[in-house]
Amino acid sequence: MKPAAFTYVAASTLDQAVSLLAQHAPEGKPLAGGQSLIPMMNFRLAQPRYLIDLNRVSELMYVREVDAMVAIGAMTRQSEAQRSEVVSRLVPILSEALRWTGHAAIRHRGTVGGSLAHADPAAELPAVALALGAELVAQGPAGRRVIPAEEFFLGPLSTALGPDELLVEVRFPALPSGAGWAFLELSRRHGDFAIVGVAAVLALSGDGRVDQVSLALCGVGPTPVRAHRAEAAVLGVEPSEGVFREAGEIAAQEIDPDSDLHASAAYRRRVAAVLVRRALVEAHRRAREGR
Amino acid sequence: MADRHAINVTVNGVRYEATVESRLLLADFLRDQLGLVGTHLGCEHGVCGACTVILDGRTVRSCLVFAVQADGADIMTVEGLSRDGQLHPLQEAFRDKQGVQCGFCTPGMLLCAYEFLQEHPQPSEEAIREAIAGNLCRCTGYQFIVEAIQEAAARMAVASR
Repeated sequence: MKPAAFTYVAASTLDQAVSLLAQHAPEGKPLAGGQSLIPMMNFRLAQPRYLIDLNRVSELMYVREVDAMVAIGAMTRQSEAQRSEVVSRLVPILSEALRWTGHAAIRHRGTVGGSLAHADPAAELPAVALALGAELVAQGPAGRRVIPAEEFFLGPLSTALGPDELLVEVRFPALPSGAGWAFLELSRRHGDFAIVGVAAVLALSGDGRVDQVSLALCGVGPTPVRAHRAEAAVLGVEPSEGVFREAGEIAAQEIDPDSDLHASAAYRRRVAAVLVRRALVEAHRRAREGR
Repeated sequence: MADRHAINVTVNGVRYEATVESRLLLADFLRDQLGLVGTHLGCEHGVCGACTVILDGRTVRSCLVFAVQADGADIMTVEGLSRDGQLHPLQEAFRDKQGVQCGFCTPGMLLCAYEFLQEHPQPSEEAIREAIAGNLCRCTGYQFIVEAIQEAAARMAVASR
């Protein structure tokens, strides 16, 4: 199908984008890479009256290392972030998750900020943001505010952003030195949305016990979710295949997936148990190698 | 009222000036206004990859870009692959290895493979399969397409020696 008619305005600066959005919200929508919004418009599931195109706002396209964080401008293309030396050095789990985010032609256009602001519960980047405790910077007419990832995702395609606020930057904390990580996903085709995806970060103390652990899943609920009980089962414990297997089983019980066209809820739980175990094993291997 | 915009684009080396409605997709602009019907529209929501074109040097789905957004851009469509009546080695390999059946996915497959081979001139079969995962083919079962891309990579390596 074809999109319904709308009025198109291209912003050339961030200030202009913010004021255009304030002027036209809530009928006006920001257009980032358009790799989710335009399909919804083609289906007429979305019929914004105004589109404020951000694709010429070059001040929102950057990857910077700032105080042990990687700050990524919201309009940075996913393929640029994937190639970024700063990203692969400080948050390699993000580089890996980006490899799973759509296909090359989608990532050339799709943006880091767009994926987060769209908040598809099966998308990879929201799960990574949650696992790492990223900070999302929003800007509206009232100025800027910082929203922690755990407060950002409210429901399917729903975030803490106000209708007149733009996501302008995401700050991913660098992985602690010596931390291991893994991003694993099961999908029908490479590049499709996850049936289940798992982001894991794990660090060891001097005596080899688990000192820090973070587990976030996508595809298993209305938002990306932290598996807090599974994390608790691993924290402070001496790692073993049995401990990680048990954590996978706990994670499968604490999530609440839906059944849909792609997979039943029971299947998603099974896959989650397996992927959490594998992700912990891989993150642990990397943590040992990194010591 | 639908608003209209004047745009300038270069497609396969030819400059065009046009006026487009905001909601006109780049794919429809290429097909209907420029008559470049090699770009195929399959799903119109970014899943099938048939409408892949190269926009400022990078593959994109032309059903997921509005024509107005391409103002000032340099675009290559499948029509731009051949030179002086000579097929591109990828096109020849698709023909020779029977990577084409009904032909609907072919323009997207070719441009996807074109970009991929520029970055990975000697790809493994697995890497090829990952690279074309975003392009659906309902005829070939992909095997002949993978073989065609391998063949093209080999021929292009010889040609560049």
